[in-house]
Amino acid sequence: MNFTRGFRSRGPRDPRLPPGQYDVGSDWPVLTAEATPKLATDAWTFRVKGLVEEPVTWTWDQIHALPASTYNGDIHCVTTWSKLGVTFSGVSVDTLLAAARPLPSATYVMAESHTGYTTNLPLADVTGGQAWVVWDFEGEPLARQHGGPARLLVPHLYFWKSAKWVSGLNLLDHDEPGFWERNGYHDHGDPWTEQRYQGD
Amino acid sequence: MTEPPPPVPPPSKWLPAKVVEVRPETSTAKTFRLELDRTADYVAGQHYILRLSAPDGYTAQRSYSVASAPDGSKELELTVERLEEGEVSTFLHDEVVVGDDLEVRGPIGGWFVWRGDTPALLIGGGSGVVPLMAMLRLARRTGRSDLVQLVVSARAPEELYYAAEIPGPETTVVFTRQIPDDWPRPAGRLTEGDLPSPVGGTTTAYVCGSSGFADAATDLLRGAGVPEERIRVERFGPTR
Repeated sequence: MNFTRGFRSRGPRDPRLPPGQYDVGSDWPVLTAEATPKLATDAWTFRVKGLVEEPVTWTWDQIHALPASTYNGDIHCVTTWSKLGVTFSGVSVDTLLAAARPLPSATYVMAESHTGYTTNLPLADVTGGQAWVVWDFEGEPLARQHGGPARLLVPHLYFWKSAKWVSGLNLLDHDEPGFWERNGYHDHGDPWTEQRYQGD
Repeated sequence: MTEPPPPVPPPSKWLPAKVVEVRPETSTAKTFRLELDRTADYVAGQHYILRLSAPDGYTAQRSYSVASAPDGSKELELTVERLEEGEVSTFLHDEVVVGDDLEVRGPIGGWFVWRGDTPALLIGGGSGVVPLMAMLRLARRTGRSDLVQLVVSARAPEELYYAAEIPGPETTVVFTRQIPDDWPRPAGRLTEGDLPSPVGGTTTAYVCGSSGFADAATDLLRGAGVPEERIRVERFGPTR
């Protein structure tokens, strides 16, 4: 690697920051490719479908009746900001999948949004307490520009995998690229190995 | 966003990029002209990641939109706003001079792009004009200014990027807080009256700016009857 004339590091790095990331502090940048939708909670639904024994659809009230689950930790955006020590609340994806019962052939999921946005993930990355559907941020309703009323949260992967305005999970027996993945972004997106773009 | 865009190739690995020109756009924005070791093969609207590397192995990288139109050369221009707390932007503004060697990866983005052959309404706020400038420059260079209309919003005349180059029959400039002498439009936020009317049914709208600007502009477009799937948005968050 060639170093840049005059450039120096600013001192010790927070060990919670993956390589190439910086701490955005109290900011929370909004990076979205589409117009921010206005979704009414009384018409909102979430559906698990595809390779499952029983497709299930939850309304806003029904999904809130499920056991609550909270994430405390960090989030990492591929555009190089990380936000440390955040709290989201909602429901674990494990709870949702348990209701629909994935078939043994299911190996990938396509997360889908009410806007038409999609993002692909291995099923193994959204099970085992690693993924949530969340509607609260720091105890307040999740703001519309951050994906409210509810978004997917898969915090161990780059944040484009945490689909805003999420409408459901479609279980598949193969991987296929979602919206950003068709646009050159990585199919997996692990921030600790900098899987930013296809081929990384 | 119902129509899937065509797949785009992944970005390059890190490439050396030599600074061949630096020029101020405003008191807080500079354009850096970079020369790569290969053709700068980008589409108007795309961005590159720029990386700074310290001798101890520490690196810092940020994304910057390309302001120039692709012309088959090895060169491209990035316009960078100086953010007071910005580790990369302050270094670029305060330290980098012609002849310095930087590194870039790209181009990136297959959604917020204009390939020069479809009707496009470009709406930019502040530094959000940068990727739209690449589109306007492409249209003018290829003689297809008839395809584009640019509406750009800036707080004051001295904050308008590319101020000498933007004026033309296909552009509208809106100032929100201060106006030049004899300026026909009073200072004020972008309104539906600032947009062309009607917006053509085959026109794609490209909106770029802060999140608040992008939301306000998309609301205006919805009000003007532009369907959601014809609105493409790039938001510049308060990244440092």
